[in-house]
Amino acid sequence: MMRSVGTLTRADLAETINRKMGLSRAESLDMVEAILGKMCDALADGENVKISGFGSFVLRDKKERVGRNPKTGVEVPITPRRVMTFRASQLLKERIANG
Amino acid sequence: MIRSELLNSLAQDNPDLRAEEVEQVVDIFFEEIAQRLSEGGRVELRGFGAFSTREREARKGRNPRTGETVDVPAKRVPYFKPGKDMRRRLNDD
Repeated sequence: MMRSVGTLTRADLAETINRKMGLSRAESLDMVEAILGKMCDALADGENVKISGFGSFVLRDKKERVGRNPKTGVEVPITPRRVMTFRASQLLKERIANG
Repeated sequence: MIRSELLNSLAQDNPDLRAEEVEQVVDIFFEEIAQRLSEGGRVELRGFGAFSTREREARKGRNPRTGETVDVPAKRVPYFKPGKDMRRRLNDD
Protein backbone atom coordinates (compact mmCIF):
# COMPACT_ATOMS: atom_id res chain seq x y z
CA MET A 1 0.00 0.00 0.00
CA MET A 2 1.20 3.45 -0.83
CA ARG A 3 1.77 5.90 2.01
CA SER A 4 -0.99 8.44 2.24
CA VAL A 5 -0.13 12.02 1.46
CA GLY A 6 -2.30 15.07 1.94
CA THR A 7 -4.19 17.10 -0.62
CA LEU A 8 -2.26 19.64 -2.67
CA THR A 9 -4.01 23.00 -3.01
CA ARG A 10 -3.48 26.45 -4.57
CA ALA A 11 -1.75 27.56 -1.36
CA ASP A 12 0.79 24.71 -1.61
CA LEU A 13 1.52 25.51 -5.26
CA ALA A 14 2.02 29.19 -4.40
CA GLU A 15 4.25 28.24 -1.46
CA THR A 16 6.53 26.17 -3.73
CA ILE A 17 6.74 28.99 -6.29
CA ASN A 18 7.57 31.42 -3.47
CA ARG A 19 10.24 29.10 -2.06
CA LYS A 20 11.87 28.07 -5.35
CA MET A 21 11.71 31.40 -7.18
CA GLY A 22 11.56 34.05 -4.52
CA LEU A 23 8.41 35.68 -5.92
CA SER A 24 6.38 37.16 -3.05
CA ARG A 25 3.62 35.00 -1.56
CA ALA A 26 0.96 37.28 -3.02
CA GLU A 27 2.56 37.27 -6.46
CA SER A 28 2.97 33.49 -6.34
CA LEU A 29 -0.70 33.02 -5.52
CA ASP A 30 -1.65 35.47 -8.29
CA MET A 31 0.33 33.39 -10.78
CA VAL A 32 -1.39 30.17 -9.66
CA GLU A 33 -4.76 31.87 -10.16
CA ALA A 34 -3.65 33.26 -13.51
CA ILE A 35 -2.64 29.82 -14.83
CA LEU A 36 -5.98 28.33 -13.77
CA GLY A 37 -7.86 31.37 -15.08
CA LYS A 38 -6.24 31.12 -18.53
CA MET A 39 -7.05 27.41 -18.75
CA CYS A 40 -10.66 27.99 -17.63
CA ASP A 41 -11.10 30.81 -20.14
CA ALA A 42 -9.79 28.71 -23.04
CA LEU A 43 -12.04 25.79 -22.11
CA ALA A 44 -15.08 28.04 -21.63
CA ASP A 45 -14.35 29.39 -25.14
CA GLY A 46 -14.54 25.83 -26.45
CA GLU A 47 -10.80 25.29 -26.81
CA ASN A 48 -9.00 22.17 -25.64
CA VAL A 49 -5.94 22.78 -23.47
CA LYS A 50 -2.80 20.77 -24.12
CA ILE A 51 0.18 20.92 -21.77
CA SER A 52 3.01 18.82 -23.19
CA GLY A 53 4.53 16.43 -20.67
CA PHE A 54 1.46 16.70 -18.45
CA GLY A 55 -1.73 16.04 -20.38
CA SER A 56 -4.71 17.48 -22.23
CA PHE A 57 -8.05 18.82 -21.08
CA VAL A 58 -10.45 17.75 -23.79
CA LEU A 59 -14.00 18.97 -24.32
CA ARG A 60 -16.72 16.52 -25.35
CA ASP A 61 -20.25 17.31 -26.41
CA LYS A 62 -22.80 14.86 -25.04
CA LYS A 63 -26.10 14.31 -26.81
CA GLU A 64 -29.40 14.34 -24.97
CA ARG A 65 -30.24 10.97 -23.44
CA VAL A 66 -32.88 9.50 -21.19
CA GLY A 67 -31.94 9.22 -17.55
CA ARG A 68 -33.84 7.97 -14.55
CA ASN A 69 -34.30 9.44 -11.11
CA PRO A 70 -32.69 6.63 -9.09
CA LYS A 71 -35.01 7.31 -6.14
CA THR A 72 -38.35 7.41 -7.94
CA GLY A 73 -37.53 5.49 -11.12
CA VAL A 74 -39.13 8.27 -13.16
CA GLU A 75 -37.55 8.78 -16.58
CA VAL A 76 -36.22 12.27 -17.19
CA PRO A 77 -34.38 13.67 -20.21
CA ILE A 78 -30.73 14.55 -19.56
CA THR A 79 -30.11 17.69 -21.55
CA PRO A 80 -27.25 17.83 -24.07
CA ARG A 81 -24.15 19.19 -22.39
CA ARG A 82 -20.47 19.84 -22.78
CA VAL A 83 -18.12 17.99 -20.47
CA MET A 84 -14.38 18.22 -19.92
CA THR A 85 -12.13 15.21 -19.58
CA PHE A 86 -8.47 14.93 -18.70
CA ARG A 87 -6.13 12.73 -20.75
CA ALA A 88 -2.84 12.32 -18.93
CA SER A 89 0.30 12.28 -21.08
CA GLN A 90 2.16 8.99 -21.49
CA LEU A 91 4.86 10.42 -19.21
CA LEU A 92 2.42 11.25 -16.41
CA LYS A 93 0.72 7.85 -16.76
CA GLU A 94 4.07 6.14 -16.36
CA ARG A 95 5.06 8.24 -13.37
CA ILE A 96 1.77 7.45 -11.63
CA ALA A 97 1.82 3.74 -12.53
CA ASN A 98 5.38 3.38 -11.22
CA GLY A 99 4.88 5.50 -8.10
CA MET B 1 -4.47 26.35 -26.20
CA ILE B 2 -1.07 24.74 -25.89
CA ARG B 3 1.65 25.28 -23.32
CA SER B 4 3.51 27.93 -25.36
CA GLU B 5 0.29 29.93 -25.82
CA LEU B 6 -0.32 29.78 -22.09
CA LEU B 7 3.23 31.05 -21.49
CA ASN B 8 2.83 33.92 -23.97
CA SER B 9 -0.48 34.96 -22.51
CA LEU B 10 0.87 34.93 -18.94
CA ALA B 11 3.99 36.83 -20.01
CA GLN B 12 1.86 39.53 -21.61
CA ASP B 13 -0.15 40.01 -18.43
CA ASN B 14 3.00 40.05 -16.25
CA PRO B 15 5.55 42.40 -17.85
CA ASP B 16 7.42 42.52 -14.53
CA LEU B 17 8.43 38.87 -14.99
CA ARG B 18 11.00 37.64 -17.49
CA ALA B 19 9.85 34.99 -19.98
CA GLU B 20 12.08 32.40 -18.27
CA GLU B 21 10.46 33.19 -14.93
CA VAL B 22 6.97 32.71 -16.36
CA GLU B 23 8.10 29.39 -17.80
CA GLN B 24 9.59 28.35 -14.47
CA VAL B 25 6.32 29.19 -12.66
CA VAL B 26 4.32 27.11 -15.12
CA ASP B 27 6.81 24.23 -14.87
CA ILE B 28 6.61 24.24 -11.07
CA PHE B 29 2.81 24.34 -11.24
CA PHE B 30 2.47 21.19 -13.36
CA GLU B 31 5.45 19.41 -11.83
CA GLU B 32 4.07 19.76 -8.30
CA ILE B 33 0.73 18.31 -9.42
CA ALA B 34 2.45 15.42 -11.25
CA GLN B 35 4.71 14.78 -8.24
CA ARG B 36 1.82 14.65 -5.79
CA LEU B 37 -0.14 12.27 -8.03
CA SER B 38 2.87 9.99 -8.46
CA GLU B 39 3.07 9.79 -4.64
CA GLY B 40 -0.53 8.59 -4.62
CA GLY B 41 -1.85 11.94 -3.33
CA ARG B 42 -4.67 14.19 -4.40
CA VAL B 43 -4.75 17.70 -5.86
CA GLU B 44 -7.75 19.93 -5.32
CA LEU B 45 -8.11 23.16 -7.26
CA ARG B 46 -11.50 24.60 -6.27
CA GLY B 47 -13.47 25.87 -9.22
CA PHE B 48 -11.29 24.04 -11.73
CA GLY B 49 -11.32 20.45 -10.59
CA ALA B 50 -9.59 17.73 -8.59
CA PHE B 51 -6.91 15.27 -9.63
CA SER B 52 -6.53 11.92 -7.93
CA THR B 53 -5.43 8.40 -8.79
CA ARG B 54 -7.29 5.10 -8.87
CA GLU B 55 -6.19 1.50 -8.64
CA ARG B 56 -6.81 -0.75 -11.62
CA GLU B 57 -6.80 -4.47 -10.92
CA ALA B 58 -4.70 -6.86 -12.95
CA ARG B 59 -6.65 -8.30 -15.88
CA LYS B 60 -6.27 -10.52 -18.89
CA GLY B 61 -5.96 -8.44 -22.01
CA ARG B 62 -5.68 -9.34 -25.64
CA ASN B 63 -3.27 -8.19 -28.27
CA PRO B 64 -5.78 -6.80 -30.77
CA ARG B 65 -3.52 -7.69 -33.70
CA THR B 66 -2.67 -11.30 -32.87
CA GLY B 67 -5.58 -12.15 -30.55
CA GLU B 68 -3.03 -13.47 -28.08
CA THR B 69 -3.92 -13.26 -24.37
CA VAL B 70 -1.59 -11.13 -22.29
CA ASP B 71 -1.46 -10.33 -18.57
CA VAL B 72 -2.11 -6.67 -17.85
CA PRO B 73 -0.67 -5.99 -14.38
CA ALA B 74 -2.46 -4.02 -11.65
CA LYS B 75 -1.63 -0.35 -11.86
CA ARG B 76 -2.48 3.11 -10.64
CA VAL B 77 -4.06 5.52 -13.13
CA PRO B 78 -4.74 9.27 -13.05
CA TYR B 79 -8.30 10.54 -12.57
CA PHE B 80 -9.71 14.05 -12.94
CA LYS B 81 -13.07 15.39 -11.85
CA PRO B 82 -14.01 18.85 -13.14
CA GLY B 83 -15.22 21.32 -10.50
CA LYS B 84 -18.80 22.55 -10.25
CA ASP B 85 -17.97 26.07 -11.45
CA MET B 86 -16.03 24.69 -14.39
CA ARG B 87 -18.88 22.38 -15.39
CA ARG B 88 -21.31 25.28 -15.19
CA ARG B 89 -19.06 27.58 -17.23
CA LEU B 90 -18.74 25.00 -20.01
CA ASN B 91 -22.50 25.00 -20.40
CA ASP B 92 -23.68 28.55 -20.17
CA ASP B 93 -23.84 30.14 -23.57
